[in-house]
Amino acid sequence: MISKLFRNVTNRRSFLGAGALLPLTPFLSSTNTSANNSPEPNSIYKSPHAHAGGMTTVGNVNHLRNGFDPHSLLTDWEVGTVSQDSAGKIIRKFEIIAVDIEIEIAPGVFFAAWTYNGRVPGPTIRATEGELLQIKFINKGSHPHSMHFHGIHSAKMDGIAGAGLVDPGEEFVYEFTAEPFGCHLYHCHAEPLKRHIHKGLYGAFIIDPDPKLHSQNTTIALSRQLGTDENKKWQELVMVMNAFDTNFDDKNEIYAVNTIAHEYSKRPIKIDKQRPVRIYLINVTEFDPINSFHIHGNFFDYFDHGTTLTPTLNKVDTVMQCQAQRGILEMSFSNHDSGHYMFHAHQSEFAELGWMSMFEVV
Amino acid sequence: MIYNRIAFVVVLVMLGLISVAIYVFNPLDNFDNNLPPEESLIIERVTSSPDGFIAYVRGNHRQPIKISQIQVDGAFWDFQQIPDGPINQLATAKLLIPYPWIQNETHHLLFLSSTGATYNYTIDVAYMTPSPNNKTLFSLALIGICVGLIPITLGMLSLPLLRYLGDNSIVFFMSLTIGLLGFLFLDTLEEGLELTKTSANAFQGNLSVLLASVLTFLGILTISWRSKPSTNGIVLATWLAIGIGLHNFGEGLSIGTALSLGNAALGSMLLIGFAMHNLTEGVAIIAPILKRKITFAMLLGWLCLAGLPAIAGTWIGAFTFAPHWNALFFGVAAGAIAQVIIEVGRSIWVMRSTLGDKFIVSNAFAGFGMGILVMYATAFLIQV
Repeated sequence: MISKLFRNVTNRRSFLGAGALLPLTPFLSSTNTSANNSPEPNSIYKSPHAHAGGMTTVGNVNHLRNGFDPHSLLTDWEVGTVSQDSAGKIIRKFEIIAVDIEIEIAPGVFFAAWTYNGRVPGPTIRATEGELLQIKFINKGSHPHSMHFHGIHSAKMDGIAGAGLVDPGEEFVYEFTAEPFGCHLYHCHAEPLKRHIHKGLYGAFIIDPDPKLHSQNTTIALSRQLGTDENKKWQELVMVMNAFDTNFDDKNEIYAVNTIAHEYSKRPIKIDKQRPVRIYLINVTEFDPINSFHIHGNFFDYFDHGTTLTPTLNKVDTVMQCQAQRGILEMSFSNHDSGHYMFHAHQSEFAELGWMSMFEVV
Repeated sequence: MIYNRIAFVVVLVMLGLISVAIYVFNPLDNFDNNLPPEESLIIERVTSSPDGFIAYVRGNHRQPIKISQIQVDGAFWDFQQIPDGPINQLATAKLLIPYPWIQNETHHLLFLSSTGATYNYTIDVAYMTPSPNNKTLFSLALIGICVGLIPITLGMLSLPLLRYLGDNSIVFFMSLTIGLLGFLFLDTLEEGLELTKTSANAFQGNLSVLLASVLTFLGILTISWRSKPSTNGIVLATWLAIGIGLHNFGEGLSIGTALSLGNAALGSMLLIGFAMHNLTEGVAIIAPILKRKITFAMLLGWLCLAGLPAIAGTWIGAFTFAPHWNALFFGVAAGAIAQVIIEVGRSIWVMRSTLGDKFIVSNAFAGFGMGILVMYATAFLIQV
């Protein structure tokens, strides 16, 4: 009977009510009286961690076993193999293979992932607008999968049932012209959709503007086109905001950019303050309606979907995206002190569950 | 004779052969292809200290469990596990979590295993877990006295009044004692079964509680039935004091545990309620000796047997926590109480044959009913 009485006391109000009658003053005095009489703040917690910051995942992920390192994912462009047809049009061919692998998404926490090319997010496919893309997709996974590109293409190339949904052991070639220029994504469109996406089948799909087509903004377009001298001045980074539901309750336990919780706060991303920073930011987070990006001590210009050469948002330090929304962030640290500049989701919840990162500006 | 031995060996050999066959052919093979490893974790106790939380956990499955990460209030948090590494079945580990917890507020802990499975624990109201210093022990002892010694003393003080009762009134009070014991028996058993929910599976909680209860009952019965049915009220009163003492020890355990784990709302009204509830225990103990000459020392002895265990209970409950041991104890206590019920019943039976035609049956039933009612009513008053 007694323990039942206690177990029923779960709401705080009844505790405070009973507190008025507490006969146990000596029992609790070590905590209560000192708080009431001293001018010190009411804190019992004495650990130095209160100031050092204990919010972290514990340990390190074995990137070697995973087969990919979040730091190399940032700048790892998949440009395919290039050829030209008789009319001189550039053809870019890619090969993507779906495989099931287990990945370590936080130190010691393993997730049975479905991947493109054995990595989450999948390879960052990069092309220039107007090129013909041929993406050969081979499904070596255990379920039917597809590649559904956010871009302009024929219904036949959409990556849904009847249009490039690929059974295990089969393959399919998606073919379309790269357009419009911008920061896009691709993901599996097999059903059930939620499970196929959140198990890891997504990746960045970047189409650079063709400077020849943008005479008004040639320099800007050149700076966006991979490999040009103008582009080499920039530090370009791909960040895919994702999350993982490890216990299948349709709520995420772990959040990150590029899969590994807290990775960029434990090993900050080095930034050369002399060169401007461009981030291709994509949100694929499942289960939560939105995700966001917030930078400390700086502001950025934002190009929603990356489909314009002039910013759609000027001078902001926070931007939010729904699932599949994406955009380009441009910022400079040229006048900043060297040091660590945090960036993270400004849903504190996501930040504390892994989506917390750091630039080390030098 | 030699054939008997051969038969025994044959059984052993066949058992061995069957084991080998099962191992080799593994009929279960078809059913667990590629299943993720099963694992389970029991969080037995979480204390709060100036350095943060300390969680005491126990492996709950044949498959060892690795705690990879810990979230506190939805944030990954630093922690240290002692000893390190995967936790084997029934093995325990201590987790130090340097979290800046907040006085009087609720905190949620989530343990994330290597497979991504999660185990939750909620601290309903966080406050500093008392350390076992003199002051704490004294406070706990005071609470134990309020629950045990005081009400039993008050109950016993009715002795001079009850001495003038007739035989059939004594029957009434003896039956009242049975009713009261019946209530305590159910309460104790329920408490034990409740505790098994938080103890590791391998201990087979419910079964171990019931088993402990039955074995204790039979064990004490064997000892007591060597003597003749107890016309000796002094022996009976002693049995009663022991049974009630065991129950009060259990009550102390629950109070101590609840206080130290921050899920107690023990106000002074509650303490008064408990005292009223246990008042009848004092009356019960003296019911068999109403017509007997007894010494003050005897009364004092029974008082200590029945009341002091509550103090020991609060101490043990506050500073140790092993749900399976506590559950087992409640089983033992329930068995002992059941045995005392039999003893009291036997002495009522003896009175019946002595009184013959003068025995009023309705008194016995009225007493029994009254006993249960009084306990229920006072328990009700505590809850509202």
